[in-house]
Amino acid sequence: MTMTLEVHIEKKLAEFALDLSFSADDAPLGILGPSGAGKTMLLRCIAGLEHPSRGSLVLGGKTLLDTQRGILLPARKRRIGMLFQHYALFPHQSVRQNIAFSLTSLPAAERERRVRLMLERVHGVELGERYPRQLSGGEQQRVALARALANEPQALLLDEPLSALDTHLRSQMEVQLQETFSAYRGPALLVTHNIEEAYRLTSRLLVLSRGRIAALGAREEVFRKPPSVEVARLTGCKNISRARAVTEHMIEAIDWGCRLHVSQLPAGAILNCGIRAHHLDFAEHRSAGATDDNIFPCWLVRSSETPFRITLYLRLHKPPDESGGHDLQAEVFKEKWEHFRDRSQPWYIRLASDALFVMPE
Amino acid sequence: MAPAATDWSPLWISLESSLTATTITLILGLAAASWRERHSGPAMALFDGACLLPLVLPPTVVGFFLLLLFGRNGPVGRLLLRFGASLVFSWPATVIAAAVVAFPLMYLTARAALEQVDSRFLEAARTLGASEWRAFRQIALPLAWPGVLAGTILSFARALGEFGATLMLAGNIPGRTATIPIAIYFAVEADDMRSATAWCAADLIISVALLSGLYYWTHAQGPARWARR
Repeated sequence: MTMTLEVHIEKKLAEFALDLSFSADDAPLGILGPSGAGKTMLLRCIAGLEHPSRGSLVLGGKTLLDTQRGILLPARKRRIGMLFQHYALFPHQSVRQNIAFSLTSLPAAERERRVRLMLERVHGVELGERYPRQLSGGEQQRVALARALANEPQALLLDEPLSALDTHLRSQMEVQLQETFSAYRGPALLVTHNIEEAYRLTSRLLVLSRGRIAALGAREEVFRKPPSVEVARLTGCKNISRARAVTEHMIEAIDWGCRLHVSQLPAGAILNCGIRAHHLDFAEHRSAGATDDNIFPCWLVRSSETPFRITLYLRLHKPPDESGGHDLQAEVFKEKWEHFRDRSQPWYIRLASDALFVMPE
Repeated sequence: MAPAATDWSPLWISLESSLTATTITLILGLAAASWRERHSGPAMALFDGACLLPLVLPPTVVGFFLLLLFGRNGPVGRLLLRFGASLVFSWPATVIAAAVVAFPLMYLTARAALEQVDSRFLEAARTLGASEWRAFRQIALPLAWPGVLAGTILSFARALGEFGATLMLAGNIPGRTATIPIAIYFAVEADDMRSATAWCAADLIISVALLSGLYYWTHAQGPARWARR
């Protein structure tokens, strides 16, 4: 049986109001958004640590909250596991005591068995007698995860679980989280502001902006067809231009000063188009005749390197001027960059029509 | 008449009434502090003021108010009289006087200690199914313990040294209400310098022992086993 969490929440915050409805099931849901968008508040409302001014929460058919019917279940009765940003392990209790905290109703032998099982699941059997301050960041997270899952919660909420770890540990702990998610049966919500983390760990994405849902859907959908400029930016799109429709299969990109073939136009007025930096492709030369390949001459303004990739800031149609402005940002592997870096400019860049997306706002 | 130097009753009376007063203060102080933790608003300033009043008022004034409250014509005194009990000039009066003057110290330190406890620990406890009482008992209290302990020792010291309010409410009845400070006062008044010196020395020893105990617990013991790496 799949467990479903139905969320409808309205709550006034200092700068804006949280106002959203969605449902989550067994597929892990990533909640993305800039800091201060209301992500953590949303989790706290679901867990019962904050109370919405209006709304309802139904988990697996059981009503946790319904302001109209006056139902408000306190946090302790919701059976929702929450992993806090800095884990909030009880510092005066051993790892074993921390994990057993939610298991007081069980007989002692059964409790011990469950604690051991939880520690095995997070690969931390040897940690049982230690205290939280004697644990590394990664170990703390594993213990916190074991504690949150110990009483078999009906839903799992994770608030920026990896943000407290350094880069090396992050990738290790990501594997741990992936394991947890695949073993967990029930709605799992992961709050993060790291786009790649959200993409790797979850199959559905909810993009939150100032308390409202800016996008919600399968992660591939949200990345391939962001519904708005805001979502495009939040999902890491660097190239966005104002646009208007010319024909059914062609738009004019106003900021880029060119006409582009697109595979399909959505209904309604098109106002913007975008393409991701790593989807830009360099062509050998401008092919004569073919008009649907979206290839344009460009000049390099500047570049910035990371160990394996290089970001190229490009100006379309004409050489860079003293303003140093650029039209497009392309990201390529260095091996590829070696192939054309010494070629004379202009280079030719392709904005492939299947990588382009158009947005109504 | 001052008690003879061999009369140890002031010591026992002092210790018994201070210990009892400290226990009462600990419970009431914690209750008030944790209640205050969960409430805020302008009216709370009044609550804070009322809790701290015995700290700023001269003990004789506190004693006078207690006398008004517990005396034969006071509201509590009359109630007690109905059950055939009288509080004034009895051993319980020394306990009440000491508890009232020690209460602000307990309240202040307990509040500061509870405020230091990260609320996320309590929230985590709630999501793990703990009731408010269990979260307080198993999470807030142990984490605030060094501060609460310091408050307890301070309260005990204050209760032990209480003179003014005790004299007003409990008087000087040797063997029943005469505590060490009262014994010292009346010994000096009766020109019994030997007794006065002996009791002063006893007070000094108790105070030094208390303060070094306080230091040991909050500094040497303070970072408990769980806090050390």
